[in-house]
Order: sequence, then structure tokens, then C-alpha cells
Amino acid sequence: MDGIHDMGGMAGFGPIPIETNEPVFHHAWEGRVLALNLTVTTFLPGNLDYGRSIIENIPPADYLRMSYYERWFDRILARCKLNGVIDERGAAAVERGDTPDIHIEAKNPPAPPDLVLAFIQSGNPAGREIEAAPAFEIGDVVHTKNMRPDGHTRLPRYARDKTGIIVAHHGAHVLPDSNARMAGENPTHLYSVRFAARSLWGETAHPKDTVTIDLWETYLERA
Amino acid sequence: MGKGHDHQHPPSDMTLRVKALETALVDKGLVDPATLDGIVDLYENKVGPKNGAKVVARAWVDPTFKKKLLADGTAAIAAFGFPALQGEDMVVVENTDDVHNLVVCTLCSCYPWPVLGLPPAWYKSSAYRARAVSEPRKVLEEFGVTVEDGKEVRVWDSTAEIRYLVLPERPSGTEDMSEEQLADLITRDSMIGTGVVSAPGKG
Repeated sequence: MDGIHDMGGMAGFGPIPIETNEPVFHHAWEGRVLALNLTVTTFLPGNLDYGRSIIENIPPADYLRMSYYERWFDRILARCKLNGVIDERGAAAVERGDTPDIHIEAKNPPAPPDLVLAFIQSGNPAGREIEAAPAFEIGDVVHTKNMRPDGHTRLPRYARDKTGIIVAHHGAHVLPDSNARMAGENPTHLYSVRFAARSLWGETAHPKDTVTIDLWETYLERA
Repeated sequence: MGKGHDHQHPPSDMTLRVKALETALVDKGLVDPATLDGIVDLYENKVGPKNGAKVVARAWVDPTFKKKLLADGTAAIAAFGFPALQGEDMVVVENTDDVHNLVVCTLCSCYPWPVLGLPPAWYKSSAYRARAVSEPRKVLEEFGVTVEDGKEVRVWDSTAEIRYLVLPERPSGTEDMSEEQLADLITRDSMIGTGVVSAPGKG
């Protein structure tokens, strides 16, 4: 979707807010939000792409007002609502800072530290084996589709309808477009595609510069 | 709004709101607070740019390792045993006389957690996400990095689950330094591409 999250090339945000000696967390609650975000996955359905799509659906003005971890908190609350863990009244209580009623009882003991830390240790790879041969190889010139899906996608709008060259093939990876809708992983060949900066931005870009973007086969056509 | 639109102070009640939800989830037996403590401790104290600096320093002193790192970043970094989440597939890109690499995620804030830890606020800012792809040289100037005209600035937009680590150039004057001493020189920003590594005393 053409949401506010798709920021590449936008103007008006001012200088980069560089901070020296920045702490990992600016407030203790940010760490709790990070940890809650990783822990709710142990009892709520969802996946990485689904989670990103929830954040992309935050109304633009709110998205820009909120900090990164505020968006994450909003997502945790949204996921609790979507899965019946909490109702509108409970969510309103949370917004006021009051402990809400929770509508499900745990069926199992909560995930202990070891289990969640083991998940963090091993990670959650997105690569998958598929039988279909890749349609492109390194060196192929490709053209990105002119597409504007309603839901989640990972083709940034600045790179739509542009011509680039395949510089790497990463095998097949989970396709975010379907995974975000909880419609299956649909693993699809993934490539790194390099674009001349001038082909994306015009004459204001430096003639030597490039942008390399990881793109799924379904986003690409032979040029 | 102070400095930077993304780094404003949050509403004063965020502490209360987060506490309210955490308390409810803990009371119902859905979340173990010790699990939350463990995750916070991991990313506050154990996983950070020192991990990436170890990888880079090894590559600087060991040409065989460097070759492996550039050919298969995932396997070469796995040998260090860092927690793999958000760095399951790693690609390491080398700065050279001809190329300066710069990493961004325009769509969210994807970042190589195993080697750099959690991203700094500026990396997640709208300004960086918007401008790193369209005017990277101006962005680099704001970080005090000037890339000469003859070099390519190669921006990597992390749109998939591939995570990028920049292998910065080893500064001259460090030939006699040990791997550990070199690791101490290597900054987080140099591994994102918004910095370069300086020899001691030339900072």
C-alpha cells in the first residue's frame, strides 16, 4: 500500500537527528515494549510481515507523531484486540494507564526466559527451498512492475516501473505480500537489484551513485 | 518539537500504559516478567556494535576469514555465536577505493541486530529513511563523511530479510595493532556506512 511508511525519497523531514552517546533505550518502557513484542508471539498468531502491516495501517498523522517504540506498543495492543485478548474497553483502560480486564486465560504456563532467548539465539530465517527454478540470473536487466497493491508489499514506490540489474540471487524467501495477509508463505525467488541513482531520481542524483534493493521475482519483469 | 520530529518526547503516560498492559498479561499467566527482563538485558548489555567490531577486526587481520565473510556472511558470522534474530541472512559489503556503502531501510527500520544491536533513533527517523536513498551524499555530510566525486555511493535498501553489514576500510597507521585493539577503533556508524574508521589520535 502507498502508506506513510514508504518514505524513500520524501522531502521535508529536515536534518538527520544524530545523537551522541545515545542509550539503547531512552526510557525503561521502550525496553519493556521490545520484550513484550517478542514475547506475545509465543501466544498470539502472526508473523513478521503481518506485524509490519499492522504498523503500516497506523493513520499517517499518528505514525509521524509516534516514536518507533510507541508504534510497536500500538501494534501489541492492536494484536491483543484482534485476537480477543482484550476488548475496546480494555484497550481504553490501557490508554488511560489502568490495568485492563483480559479475556483469555493462559492454557499453558507463560514462555520462560530460556525458551524466548533460545528463539532469539536461533532466529527465524525467511529462506525456503522451492522446486521452481529462478527466472532471472545475475547480470539480467529487469524492470519493476508498476503496481499498487492495497495490502503489504516490499517494493518501495520510488522503485516502481524502473529498470535495474540483478546483482545477487538469494534463493527463495517467504513472500511478504501473502504472508502479511496470513495467506501463506508462498516462497518466491529473491534478488538484489541495482538501480542507477539517476534512473530513480533524475539529474539531481550523482552520476556514479546506485541504490540496491532486495526484490521478489513477482515484482519483476524482463526488461 | 525540539531536535528531529522522530525523537520527540513521548506522552508522559507511556510508562503507565506499558505497565498496565504488562501487568494484565502477567496476571493472566500469559507473560513471564523474567522473560521480559532477560530480553531487555540481552539487548541493553550483551548484543551491540561490539559484536560487529569483532567481525570487522577479524576480517582486517585474517584474509582467509575476510574472503569467507564476503562470500557467505551468514556462515562466517554464525561462527561467532551471536543471537541470530534479525540477522538470519547476512551480507557483508566492503568499502573500497571505488565504493562507499550505506545501509538503510526505507520501509521500516530493518537493521542487523546480531552484529549491531538495536538501531539508534536516527536510523529509524523519517529523515534518514527518506533521504538516505535520494541524497546519500548530503546525509553523509551531516555525519561528517565526505565521499569524493570519483567514488560510487552504493546504498542498500533493506527491503527483505537480508541484513547488511558494511566492512569499513582499515585506516593506515594501524598496521601494528592487534585484532582486539583494532576492534576498539571500529564504530557502529562505520558498519552502517555513516562513518569511517580513524586511526588512534586522528579521530
